[in-house]
Amino acid sequence: MLIKLTGGTVYDPASGIDGKLQDIYIQDGRIITKPIEAVVDKEYDLTGKVVMSGAIDMHTHIGGGKGNIARTLLPEDHRQDPVHRSDITRSGCGHAMPSTFVTGYRYAEMGYTAGFEPAVLPVNARQAHMEMADIPILDKGGYVMLGSDDYLLRMLTAKKDQKAINDYVAWTMHSAKAIGVKVVNPGGINAFKFNQRKLDLDEKNSHYGVTPRDILQVLATAVKELGVVHPLHVHGCNLGVPGNVQTTLDTIQGIGGLPMHLTHIQFHSYGTEGDFKFSSGAAQIAEAINKNKNITIDVGQILFGQTVTASGDNMRQHANNKFASPNKWVTMDIECDAGCGVVPFKYKDKNFVNALQWAIGLETFLLVDDPWRIFLTTDHPNGAPFTSYPHLIRLLMDRSFRNEVLSTIHPEAQKMTTLASIEREYTLQEIAIMTRAGAAKLIGLKDRGGLSAGNWADITVYTNNSDRQKMFEKPDYVFKDGQLVVINGKVVSTKWGTTHVVRPDFDPSVEKGLKDYFDRYMTMKLGNFKISDDEITEDGRGSITVHPLKGDVA
Amino acid sequence: MIEITEVPSPFCGIGTDDLTIRIDGVVLKVIENGCAINTPAFEQPITDISARVGGKEVSLEFAIAKAAELLKETKLPIIGGCATDVNGMRGLLALADRCGAVVDNMNFTGARNNFLALQDSGWMNTTLAEVKNRCDLLLVVGTDLEAFAPRFFERYLWNKDSMFLDDTSQRQVIYLGKAPSGHASTSPNGQKPQVVECASEDLPEVIAVLRALVKSQEIRANTVCGLAMDDLQMIANQLKEAKYGVVTWAAGALAYAHAELTVQKLSEMIKDINNLNTRCSGLPLAGKEGDQTANQVCGWTTGYPARTRFSRGYPEYDPFLNETATLLASGEADALVWVQAFNVNAVPPESTIPTIVVGRSGMTFTKEPDVYIPVGTPGIDHAGHAYRMDNVVAIRLKKLRDSGLPSTAQVLHALEQAL
Repeated sequence: MLIKLTGGTVYDPASGIDGKLQDIYIQDGRIITKPIEAVVDKEYDLTGKVVMSGAIDMHTHIGGGKGNIARTLLPEDHRQDPVHRSDITRSGCGHAMPSTFVTGYRYAEMGYTAGFEPAVLPVNARQAHMEMADIPILDKGGYVMLGSDDYLLRMLTAKKDQKAINDYVAWTMHSAKAIGVKVVNPGGINAFKFNQRKLDLDEKNSHYGVTPRDILQVLATAVKELGVVHPLHVHGCNLGVPGNVQTTLDTIQGIGGLPMHLTHIQFHSYGTEGDFKFSSGAAQIAEAINKNKNITIDVGQILFGQTVTASGDNMRQHANNKFASPNKWVTMDIECDAGCGVVPFKYKDKNFVNALQWAIGLETFLLVDDPWRIFLTTDHPNGAPFTSYPHLIRLLMDRSFRNEVLSTIHPEAQKMTTLASIEREYTLQEIAIMTRAGAAKLIGLKDRGGLSAGNWADITVYTNNSDRQKMFEKPDYVFKDGQLVVINGKVVSTKWGTTHVVRPDFDPSVEKGLKDYFDRYMTMKLGNFKISDDEITEDGRGSITVHPLKGDVA
Repeated sequence: MIEITEVPSPFCGIGTDDLTIRIDGVVLKVIENGCAINTPAFEQPITDISARVGGKEVSLEFAIAKAAELLKETKLPIIGGCATDVNGMRGLLALADRCGAVVDNMNFTGARNNFLALQDSGWMNTTLAEVKNRCDLLLVVGTDLEAFAPRFFERYLWNKDSMFLDDTSQRQVIYLGKAPSGHASTSPNGQKPQVVECASEDLPEVIAVLRALVKSQEIRANTVCGLAMDDLQMIANQLKEAKYGVVTWAAGALAYAHAELTVQKLSEMIKDINNLNTRCSGLPLAGKEGDQTANQVCGWTTGYPARTRFSRGYPEYDPFLNETATLLASGEADALVWVQAFNVNAVPPESTIPTIVVGRSGMTFTKEPDVYIPVGTPGIDHAGHAYRMDNVVAIRLKKLRDSGLPSTAQVLHALEQAL
């Protein structure tokens, strides 16, 4: 079937196209060049419409145990947003931590066609993939979490060389079916098990004598040397601690030019100035990002309202449990591998700290120059549910709206932010970079995030509207792999997306040491630990897409 | 005849995956690392291979058509049991969504003690590998642990090697409430557990006092429920002195009214200990017959655990009103689909409403169900996934033999299509 999208205004930063009238042809799920002689089976008149590729959320907690704990913890939140079944869609729940099916529908209904789970514990990777397998429409993938696993820390204590660490990292990526590597509070989750309650960048794990700086160094090096496109994805030390801006700046400095992605940086950009000893470090962070081209970030914007925070960082989540609202929370130590902490939060605009957190996120967005190195996230659901993205886009694109909201937040917070003086408004092209082309490039997705021929036909069509929230919350059409899945912001058909992975090489002898370790210390056999391809594909819905490494010949 | 090694078990809940099983046609024999729970569960012979309608053998297609006919006109069917693998639960939930059913896992009334505590105040828990390598004190509350999981001590406490303990046989084990039924908890060097025995019904009071002692509250009484205060003080001290204490219980073993308050008190006590400059974690025991699997899959599919109804077109969770026994007694339920792929002895509750059983081959009934469809067992007849007790780890179940029996997922999917 040949589909033609006629006369839309195309924003395709991947091809350098910024608001140009252009026709798009789709065949067999992909975008093709204009056929010389062919009968168009279906034509859509997109005159006056805005056309972008499908949006990609490069950091969203959509699969894995902590999300399911968050769901189980909050029945009262689900009851506020029940979702009926229909002839083509399944029932479920929405709001803070939606059910898997609803996650897929609601992302698609905002024009998103892919989402990446950033915290896949190796031992919980099966669950992450099984949950993501029940998210319709979206493509998905995961970053596997290392850095607090005892195996790596033992390697560091034993002074294993970088090659051995590379092999272990690559093996873990294969085993967990990952496209990236993440580290959360490097070594801190492990230190919490030894009753350490904080761990600074240069503070030693009391058992291993290893510091977060050591861990970041070897993992960032491993990712680079293995040719994995997505840089080491870092949730830094001291999340949420006033004064952590210095930790973050030291982390940037300390990585010595290696590629590194700092995630939900808003939570890591706090100073200690002012009457409340809590201030914005966004300007310093933005300056450092602008200067250090090896660094990318996503913001982790907070937006006001009820949500739930679900993180691998049990050390910091435990420390923050006094802020739980409603007052209930869970932490777990997990399998000598990692941990998790789930704490419900209600961010309030009249709370000084929350109000300033909101401003810090927006300052960061607006002060970082290069939209290819900053990404639009709320760290769903930690800063806010992903369904608030259209509102966030309006805050970025519409200064008067932004200042209107600013004037309603805690007055002391208004005094502590430079937001009112920042004139920048994001353009449609910059939004397209952050949420499409840039995200695809950052993750290393071949044939996604662009609209040139050869790309998969993940396409979103909007009606231009000066109210950007209205525009982005209800696309006219969304195509996933060429299939029309959404009309006027409602799902009209569903399909199953693919799972994106990379497969860096490793020396198979790495399994010798691992087998011995599993037999002695773990609770399952090595062979039962590894996830096989057919676990993802055997139900006939899932598929695996392997992406090239740096240096691969395309 | 072949032997398969490193076979994972969906039966015991503690994720043993070191069984060696000999396969001769469709006959299984556990050769190594069996236990009182796993061995009979694996060796259960296949008896029925064809479906039955009204007690007469029929084709699978006919049975599914008949089941669909029975379900078509119902107002509030129950899908009970819910004892299957991840794919089975996926099929079950799709069917429930389609026909507006109540989904109710057969172990939920026990598990409810945990869910109510979790949903009210939360907890700090740990998993089996942390126990194996870190736990220096295990407090077992109200549960006969070795009867629940015969190999728990061998695998997770008396393991030879541990990363952070010099000598695992030095670990302290304390029983509070029930005494152990055997000697699995005696350490390899002969050290017996401390046993502080009381009736299960006394646990609420005893645990409340224990928490008070942990918090150094002044207690004036000398005894509580017949226990000497010194015994409880000793447990409190040990919990505070341990580097990585672990408190374990089986929610279903706390079989008295409002046992959720006991779980809550324990969980809050664990949080208190973590504020006293040491670490302590909970370890709820479960994972039998797919109960964790049911709650996990129902959790991500609906947002709620596996006692949820779809009768209004969207999921509604109620840990009391959606109970199978309640709905049968009130006459609200008008059909029962019983799904039990693991245990031939777990037959549907007695009722007069139309009953469809999707059950493990070998089930025997006092009252023949309207439709019986024998299915294969996950981890024996087909591959699959099941959650162990600590909820984080999904184990990959292997296919061990070609029995020709369909999977739960296949049957329930076909049934959904037939509607």
